[in-house]
Amino acid sequence: MDLKRRRKIQGQIALMLSTLAALSGLFWLVFIIFDVLRHGITALNLDLFLEDPAPPGVPGGGLRNAFVGHFLITSVATIIGVPIGVLGGTFIAEYARGTKFARLVSVLSDIMVSVPSIVVGTFIYAILVKPFGHFSGWAGATALAFIMIPVVLRTTEDMLKLVPWTLREAAFALGASYFHVIKDVVYRAAATGILTGIILAIARVSGETAPLLFTSFNNSYFTLDMSEPMASLTVTIFNYAMGPYEDWHEKAWAAAFIITVGILIITLITRSIIQWRYKN
Amino acid sequence: MRRFLNLPAVDLIFALVSFSAAFTVLILILSTILVLYNESSLAIHRFGLLNFIFTVDWDPVKEVFGAAASLYGTLITTVLALSIAIPVSIGIAIFLTEISPHLLRTPIGIAIEMLAAIPSIIYGMWGLFTLAPIMADYIEPALQKVFGDIPLIGKLFEGTPMGVDLLTASIILSIMITPFIASISRDAFNLTPDLVKESAYALGATKWEVIRDVVIPYSKLGVYGGIVLALGRALGETMAVAFVLGNKHQITISLLDAAATITVTLANEFTEADTDIYLSSLFYLALILFVLSFTVLAVAKFFLLRAEKHYQR
Repeated sequence: MDLKRRRKIQGQIALMLSTLAALSGLFWLVFIIFDVLRHGITALNLDLFLEDPAPPGVPGGGLRNAFVGHFLITSVATIIGVPIGVLGGTFIAEYARGTKFARLVSVLSDIMVSVPSIVVGTFIYAILVKPFGHFSGWAGATALAFIMIPVVLRTTEDMLKLVPWTLREAAFALGASYFHVIKDVVYRAAATGILTGIILAIARVSGETAPLLFTSFNNSYFTLDMSEPMASLTVTIFNYAMGPYEDWHEKAWAAAFIITVGILIITLITRSIIQWRYKN
Repeated sequence: MRRFLNLPAVDLIFALVSFSAAFTVLILILSTILVLYNESSLAIHRFGLLNFIFTVDWDPVKEVFGAAASLYGTLITTVLALSIAIPVSIGIAIFLTEISPHLLRTPIGIAIEMLAAIPSIIYGMWGLFTLAPIMADYIEPALQKVFGDIPLIGKLFEGTPMGVDLLTASIILSIMITPFIASISRDAFNLTPDLVKESAYALGATKWEVIRDVVIPYSKLGVYGGIVLALGRALGETMAVAFVLGNKHQITISLLDAAATITVTLANEFTEADTDIYLSSLFYLALILFVLSFTVLAVAKFFLLRAEKHYQR
């Protein structure tokens, strides 16, 4: 009888601790998001988007240069990274399906997805910054593209593998070449999945800081020229938050607010699309 | 190769183009290793491998560089973060698979995964402005009061609590990696066949006994995979720790002291390196980090692949 009670109590304690663990996870999420919202909202104003930074220590000004730079760098990274990722994923899921080469690329991409992004920054610095003698927006975009390629490649592969093989056979039986089968049947069937994968990859790289620190660097002036050093929101947050001025801290919170809210909304929407599309 | 030769021309072109895209991944990995090795060759020749790893000094003025302090910081923050994150995330996984009402499973699961979507710079900034003051004002003095007088353990909590130290960095890191372990463990737990669980219940096991003796042993490969993956992530995490570690090259026993990790050193000093040997030593650090995390992640992938095979049987 005593043993029975002890087992019951032991079980209840363990389950209670698990519930506490889940609550602690939620606690941190709420704590962080609430804090970013609280500080971010008070620092938001129109000047933030329309004005360039004031000289250090002078209050006022905005982060127009960083918003535009961030957008440019992320867009160029998308233009470079997405086609390579989608095509590579197509090759290993279609033409090379089941081969050792496909397995190797797939496994290595999986590893590359989690490789430290700051190492990517040092690599791009060595090949695109050092030879030219100055930081540039191009280098930053290339670093982000480097991070995007394996992510997009792996989602494309997974999504293409979800398309039933019989669908391809039906198209083959009509005399279509493999290229047309891929283009008109497979891509169409997997479009939602690939697209959401791409959006998630963009959301992910748009929050990256480490690979931009020594590739696109920073720039306190507005520029559209990608061959110059370019400001980005994330690097600006790093510099401003570490800086000595209260005004800088407020701007850093505002930028953090925009990035966090943007990424969380995009992630939530795409996740629910995936769930709606593939779970039913 | 043979399967490509009798393809129509349009296919051949598309296959070639997409092949080069897939091949890019291999080129990127190889060239990363080669370029980093080439850039660090100066430091490799000057300091060697073992000497570099075991030298504590990091002195740009005297041009003496060693990785020991950075490696030590990386090791301590990673180990501490993992030892906090592992029990918490396995608890979360147990809650999500066995305890939570069905209605709450998806929303709580998504909420935990949202933690993984928050960019690391946000964690870092939040750590600097919110967590560090809380640590310095309340938690660290409390820890000192409780553990300070105990011999040996007291040494871990010596010094003035500033909030910018190994302990704060490890806590932020642990919050960051919790969702990785939790979601992989949850997926692994979910794969335990109901039949096996029901058999244990039929023998009179309590819920906790079923989890401890059936679910966790059954899914341990997946859980290991998740833990090693989180380890790989923690090794290379930069921005979350860059704000709250202080970048001080020293080996300190106290957890309430500033330190440096490989990533923090790179983030803070890369653009300031003014001599060739300084820059080369930083590249050497990056090379070591790349090899280290690549190996760890490969082990994680190995576990996860083994787990996948195990469940298919």
